[in-house]
Amino acid sequence: MPLRIGDQAIDFTLPCTDGHMHSLSDWQDRPVLVIIFSCNHCPYAQAWEDRIIQLQAQFKPQGVKFAMINANDPVKYPADSFEEMKKRAKAKGYNFPYLWDETQEVARAYGATRTPEVFVFDQDRTLRYHGAVDDNFENPFAVKQHFLRDAIQALLEGKDPPVAETPPIGCTIKWK
Amino acid sequence: MKIDFLYYEDCPSHEQALARLKQVMAEEGIDAPITIHKMETEEQARAWHFIGSPTILIDGEDIDPPPPDAPAALTCRVYRWDDGRISPMPSPEMIRRALRAKRPSSPIHET
Repeated sequence: MPLRIGDQAIDFTLPCTDGHMHSLSDWQDRPVLVIIFSCNHCPYAQAWEDRIIQLQAQFKPQGVKFAMINANDPVKYPADSFEEMKKRAKAKGYNFPYLWDETQEVARAYGATRTPEVFVFDQDRTLRYHGAVDDNFENPFAVKQHFLRDAIQALLEGKDPPVAETPPIGCTIKWK
Repeated sequence: MKIDFLYYEDCPSHEQALARLKQVMAEEGIDAPITIHKMETEEQARAWHFIGSPTILIDGEDIDPPPPDAPAALTCRVYRWDDGRISPMPSPEMIRRALRAKRPSSPIHET
C-alpha cells in the first residue's frame, strides 16, 4: 500500500553516486527530509531539476535534507543506469545524494509512480506533503503554487503545509 | 500538408501538446488534418522511429529532428527550447518554425 499523508517514512539503504551507501537514519537529526523519486531521462525530471537543486541550497542553512532516488529499469532505459546517474549528478552539481533503487523495492514501498514525485517528512518522519514540486513544469517564472517550497517552509515554522497532496506529474517509473 | 501526432499515453502532456499544435496551426492559418497515432508497443515505436512522446511529423519529417542513432522508446520526449529550457513539449515557436518551413507559399526568411 502506498504511503499516505500521516504515514511514517520507510527505511532504506541504497548505493549513492557519491560512492557511499545511505540510509534514512543518516539524516535522523534533520528537521525536514525530502525524498524525491526521479531519474535522468525524463523531461519532467529535467525540467524541475534546477529548481530542486535551488531549493536544497535555499533550505540547507535550516538543516533540510533532500535525497533523490532513481528506480527506473536501466535495461530498458540505459540513460538511467547507475553509471549515467553518476555522470548526471556530477554534471548538474547535485547538492543532495542521488540514490539507486536497483530492485525497485523502495519505490514500490513508498508507492511512487512518477518522476519526479516528492515526499516531504517532518522531524518525526511523518509524511506531510506528497506530489509535485510546483504547478508549472514548463516555466519556473510562471509558477503560482510552490507546493514543495511552501511545505518545507511551513514545517520549519511548525505549521501544516498549506497543501498536503497534489497529483505527481511526470514520466511513469519504468518497472522491470 | 500531412501532419502526424504520435504519443505515448503514460506521458501526461500529450493533450496539452496537441492543443498547442492546433493553436499554432490556427494562428498560421493552416487547416490540415492531424492524424493521431497512439504508440502502444515497442515494435510500433521502432516502426515509427518514435523516440518519445509527443512527436510531431510534418510531411513525414520530425519538427525537431533527433540524432539518427536516437533509440526508439516508449517514453516521454525531451525538448530543449531556444531559451535553453527543457520541456516535455515542443515550444510554440518550434512548431511554428516547422510549419512555416513546409508551407510552400511562406518560406522561412531567417533574420
